[in-house]
Amino acid sequence: MYETYRDLPPIQITTESTKGNQTGTWRTFRPVIDLDKCDRCYTCWIFCPDVSIIVEEEGDYPSIDLIHCKGCGICANDCGPGAITMEREPL
Amino acid sequence: MIDALTANQAAAIAAKLARIEVAAVYPITPQTTISEMMAEMVSRGELDARFMLMESEHSAMSALIGASYVGARTFTATSSHGLALMHEVLMWASGVRRPIVMPVAARTIGGPWNIWGEHMDVITERDVGWMQFYCENNQEVLDTVLMAYKVSEDPSVMLPAMVVIDGFILTHTVDAVSVPEQHLVDEYLPSFNPDPVLNIDDPRRFGGLIMPDWWTEFRYRIALDMEGAKKRIQEADAEFGKIFGRNYGGLVENYRTDDADVVLVIAGSAAGTAKEVVDHLRDEGLRVGVARMRVFRPFPSEEIAELNSKDVIGVFDRSYTFGDGGAMFNEVRSAMHGSDNIIKNYVGGLGGRDVTAAHIEWIFRNMLDILDNGLDRKIEWVGLRDGSGRW
Amino acid sequence: MIEIRFHGRGGQGAVLASEILARAAIMEGANASAFPFFGVERKGSPVTAFCRIDDRPIRLHTGIYEPDHVVVLDQALIQLTDVLTGLKDDGTVLVNSPHDPEDLGLSTDCKIDTVDATSIALERRLGSKSSPIVNTAILGGFARQCEFVPIKAILDSIRYMAPIKKEENAKAALEAYNRWRE
Repeated sequence: MYETYRDLPPIQITTESTKGNQTGTWRTFRPVIDLDKCDRCYTCWIFCPDVSIIVEEEGDYPSIDLIHCKGCGICANDCGPGAITMEREPL
Repeated sequence: MIDALTANQAAAIAAKLARIEVAAVYPITPQTTISEMMAEMVSRGELDARFMLMESEHSAMSALIGASYVGARTFTATSSHGLALMHEVLMWASGVRRPIVMPVAARTIGGPWNIWGEHMDVITERDVGWMQFYCENNQEVLDTVLMAYKVSEDPSVMLPAMVVIDGFILTHTVDAVSVPEQHLVDEYLPSFNPDPVLNIDDPRRFGGLIMPDWWTEFRYRIALDMEGAKKRIQEADAEFGKIFGRNYGGLVENYRTDDADVVLVIAGSAAGTAKEVVDHLRDEGLRVGVARMRVFRPFPSEEIAELNSKDVIGVFDRSYTFGDGGAMFNEVRSAMHGSDNIIKNYVGGLGGRDVTAAHIEWIFRNMLDILDNGLDRKIEWVGLRDGSGRW
Repeated sequence: MIEIRFHGRGGQGAVLASEILARAAIMEGANASAFPFFGVERKGSPVTAFCRIDDRPIRLHTGIYEPDHVVVLDQALIQLTDVLTGLKDDGTVLVNSPHDPEDLGLSTDCKIDTVDATSIALERRLGSKSSPIVNTAILGGFARQCEFVPIKAILDSIRYMAPIKKEENAKAALEAYNRWRE
């Protein structure tokens, strides 16, 4: 990044989009999906506030973007069949 | 009673002890907890006051002017963009002589976005006819709100006052604060009984048009009374000391300046750190001192001129006015005009940048170097990432 | 002067922990100040908070760079941030973890202890299941580890400052204090 004030652009601008914010580091608990229980209703996908439930094609099972998931637990709370559990982040 | 309070809590408790009658607020970081605490105290019935949540800071200050005309003791708090939005109404408040007291959680003004502490917002409002008190710690915030009412409401002054609280550094720091007993505060600060007041049984017009034939004279009265406030501030500080056992040295607090060769003029919370550094350097035998600018409006020109005998004066500005040096620097230099000492401007602590003990030690050693070798440069940006390796 | 640094995540109560400790010290007749690293408030993001305790009034209004004690409210922070940075050679570290200190992977000669504050907080239903509030439990552990602020003062301070579940929070601290593993 920048070394001194001389390196700064005169207009303040970020060097990348917010995709670069690795908010996954904020997690204490991570969502884990039990695919045997998942009925692919995509409720988790709808309610995830961080767009961290990944569904590539309709019909696919959802997966978690752990780089950005903050571990809020909304997916686990809203999952109808109870397929998502929150597990403590491993050391 | 000793309590553990943030400066924002201390300010709100001071307003309660002052028995304020109207609070009109609009929240803004890092002042919001003052507004919240005022709302809580009124809703719980601990404070018999009218609390108004306004739609903007401009409206909050306008409401207080009206309330003050009726004879109410008035209170609000703001910061940064909120203070800037108040700008025109601030001049109304002083111009129509309303003794409103307002803590300001001193903060940057954008852009780009920055919510942290510096003095730019309050320095920008130095010309609006408000007194400005800069606090070093949470205890001083509580005490100064009480003193500010005492001075502002003095019939010979009748001007509003800002109590400057360094954003986050004090507003969000818990510290030991002695909360005075209500009966002692009542003894120090009698109720507000202005004359005349807005009264439908005795109709008058307030704040109407002043034609060119008297405008100059109205302005001159403000200038005179602002000047006279210096003495009132000293008296209020001394009387506070008699009742509460604490006072603050009037307009400028001199710390180990008597035999000092170099003195740093500094305002706000960083002055506390500077005092620690002075003690440390004194142990090394270096003759350094701090003059803490406690009051910037009215400007303490006599107290500053007393520092004329010092060989090197440094002035620390926690803001930068885009002209030729910081505002405090230029006013100190102006008050010292004609003396042959060297005056240097140090700019730092901007936008939440920590003013460390190491920064201040560097400043003192730089001043001592100037004592031997002459001025290196007029304005120094302390802690600047300039690749010099000094910081 | 004693300087303490708390590492936590937004929502775990690191800032309040520093304030509870400062209040306890003040009520014991010392001087103390407590302040957060002034950042942007985001639940889950790493936060630090600080506490200074001294006999004299606290005049320093600057950050703490060389703490005597470090308190880590979440073991996962050890991978994310250098929790040992600036820690004095004779300092101490307290980590909220179910593991033994030697399993944390911290390379320091300083004394390290652990306390399972998360389990205590979950048992006492402090905070939510995904975000238990561990600050009061870990303060009980800290009172035991460092012994310069009495547990009674910490408990009183928790009862005064905890916004809800005051007694449950105090009990969490006492439990951490009593469950201490030497």
